[in-house]
Amino acid sequence: MANLFSLTMQPIPFADWINKFVNWLTQFVGFFNGITDFIGAIVNSFQWVFDLLPVWLFIVLVLGITYWALHDSKHWGLMLFELIGLVLIYNQGYWRDMTQTLTLVLTSSLIIVVIGIPLGIWMAKSHTVKVIVKPILDFMQTMPAFVYLIPAVALFGIGMVPGVIASVIFSLPPVVRMTNLGIEQVPTDLIEAADSFGSTGWQKLIKVELPIAKNTLMSGVNQGMMLALSMVVIASMIGAVGLGSEVYFAVGRNNAGSGFTAGFAIVILAIILDRVTQAFNKNKKH
Amino acid sequence: MTKKVEVKHLTKIFGRHVGRAKEMINEGKSKDEILAKTNSVVGVHDANFDVNENEIFVIMGLSGSGKSTLIRMLNRLYEPTDGEILLDGESITKFDKKELRDFRRKKMSMVFQNFALFPNRTIIENTAYGLEIQGVDKETRHQKAHECLELVGLHGYDDRYPNELSGGQQQRVGLARGLANDPEILLMDEAFSALDPLNRKEMQDELLDLQSHLKKTIIFISHDLNESLRIGDRIMIMRDGEIVQIGSPEDILQHPKNDYVEKFIEGVDRTKILTASRVMIRPDVINIEKDGPRTALRLMKDNHNSSVYVVDSEHHFKGLIDAKDVIKQIEDDKRDLQSILRTDVPTTTPDTPIKSLLNDISKTSVPFAVLDDNDRLLGIIIRSSVLGAISGNEVQNNG
Ligand SMILES: Nc1ncnc2c1ncn2[C@@H]1O[C@H](COP(=O)(O)OP(=O)(O)OP(=O)(O)O)[C@@H](O)[C@H]1O
Ligand SMILES: [Mg+2]
Repeated sequence: MANLFSLTMQPIPFADWINKFVNWLTQFVGFFNGITDFIGAIVNSFQWVFDLLPVWLFIVLVLGITYWALHDSKHWGLMLFELIGLVLIYNQGYWRDMTQTLTLVLTSSLIIVVIGIPLGIWMAKSHTVKVIVKPILDFMQTMPAFVYLIPAVALFGIGMVPGVIASVIFSLPPVVRMTNLGIEQVPTDLIEAADSFGSTGWQKLIKVELPIAKNTLMSGVNQGMMLALSMVVIASMIGAVGLGSEVYFAVGRNNAGSGFTAGFAIVILAIILDRVTQAFNKNKKH
Repeated sequence: MTKKVEVKHLTKIFGRHVGRAKEMINEGKSKDEILAKTNSVVGVHDANFDVNENEIFVIMGLSGSGKSTLIRMLNRLYEPTDGEILLDGESITKFDKKELRDFRRKKMSMVFQNFALFPNRTIIENTAYGLEIQGVDKETRHQKAHECLELVGLHGYDDRYPNELSGGQQQRVGLARGLANDPEILLMDEAFSALDPLNRKEMQDELLDLQSHLKKTIIFISHDLNESLRIGDRIMIMRDGEIVQIGSPEDILQHPKNDYVEKFIEGVDRTKILTASRVMIRPDVINIEKDGPRTALRLMKDNHNSSVYVVDSEHHFKGLIDAKDVIKQIEDDKRDLQSILRTDVPTTTPDTPIKSLLNDISKTSVPFAVLDDNDRLLGIIIRSSVLGAISGNEVQNNG
């Protein structure tokens, strides 16, 4: 009893432990530098392409992709919105910020797809993996996003890369979850049909499970992308440039006007990304 | 008849405490008790049966009786808990992963109740699936798939998607897909149950037609007794994971083993499957080559009949003579039977279904004579034995 009492009086040094852990991690400088360089290279490639593209060509490309993605149901309204929205962003002088934000979102999306989809598949195939990964996903998604900034800075420094890392941690869960769900939802008799003809595990995955899970899986990617975009303002606090930092600065300068303008630019970008990825998802229906 | 598949002591228990459940079965505990104590479901228990080459073997039983579990153990979609399955004498149960895959690719395919077509693939791609995963090149496999689609009577749908087809058409695709890799054995789990009666009958005909020239070994699960009787060479009836009875359709109808089987065959249209040989009785006959009118008359008197059937020494059917004609011959003191022989007797063959005779039987007063291919008299069909058989009573064979 007395022991228990003294326990409640003495704070357990959680914070200490975590700090020690993060410190301990920093000794693997080489490893984290490697990751930083790798992600940095992706970021730079995207940015290099966006900087190279003239504004008009960029707009034409976006319209073209939309047109192609929607090939059987034409939404001229969406294309008109894209045209006006992008021109407006250019007009407000946020063009480069927009491409930086897009770079952040695309890099994060790329990484969450590459990590999230295989992890989701693995979860669907292995009960053990599922039992381990599920609580981690819950943790990742409920922990306030700001918290990730601290170790991200400690391990990856300042700039786009830790921004990408924080976005990835925050937006990975829906991709994993939806992939897992999509694979698990493939009807049993289709699995049995695939097995009964003697498919290997890979054949079953590639020819049956993934195509059938595709819609669910893509909506996970779509959600992940939106979450990554919602991280841009937070990421700007650790030096990820783009529309987010414009908003962040506007807050600092107490400038509602430019805050909202940059905010609108984010909204425009969000709508375009959302609708286009959804279009990819929807158009091929069987 | 060669045995194609032999199933020995096959058992499947679902759950985590399989060992304990097995012990309880051996102690003779009931399934409910086992479920309550070990949380394990006994799907199939100690199934023993053989399936002959080229036969359609039908498995019947109420919902939950273990039909699907049993059939899924045959291609090891479910791993048996116990027991052995032999295909052509080789143990399927011992196959490793690779052998199992080859076996599924080459020897056995499955047709599903709800078709289980891949929604993302066209009809031809669905049909060619089994060949595709074996690495057969596209041209060859599509050619073969196309042939199979034609075989099941589906023309011009190759590039459509499953959801564009009706249920009947989809199941034709299911069947074509099952045939495309040229298996020796077809497993069909309630393959026609999702179809409306008209389509179902059409598919049954299709299957019988295919079977008459493809000669596969088909294991077919059905809920529908009329379907089983129509297509089955033999029928196996299951209850609570155990086999109750195995036999030809006629066996099952004529000698149901217990109340459970009786319940199953209640209300079935027996006239469809009962044949002349099943209901015929042995008649009194006289030999025209050696018997005279007096013998004939005595025979009729002894058996209280007003007529008697006439054969020759080789038992060839000659006709029938009436008592009154015989008496007249005796009064006239003639020995000749030939002159009073009636030949206007309706005849039929032993394999004729009763259904097609019913009308005539009720119209003529003279019983049908059942003759074999050489016109030998096998038996006669009298009205009361037909009605008896239809109402489910065993026919008493005289003599
Ligand atoms: N995968 C499974 N896991 C656990 N129990 C199962 C499984 N499959 C079947 N069972 C159980 O095994 C028993 C037999 O089921 P099965 O599906 O073989 O019956 P069935 O004769 O095919 O019935 P139906 O006519 O409804 O298709 C049932 O009690 C069922 O609940
Ligand atoms: Mg079943």
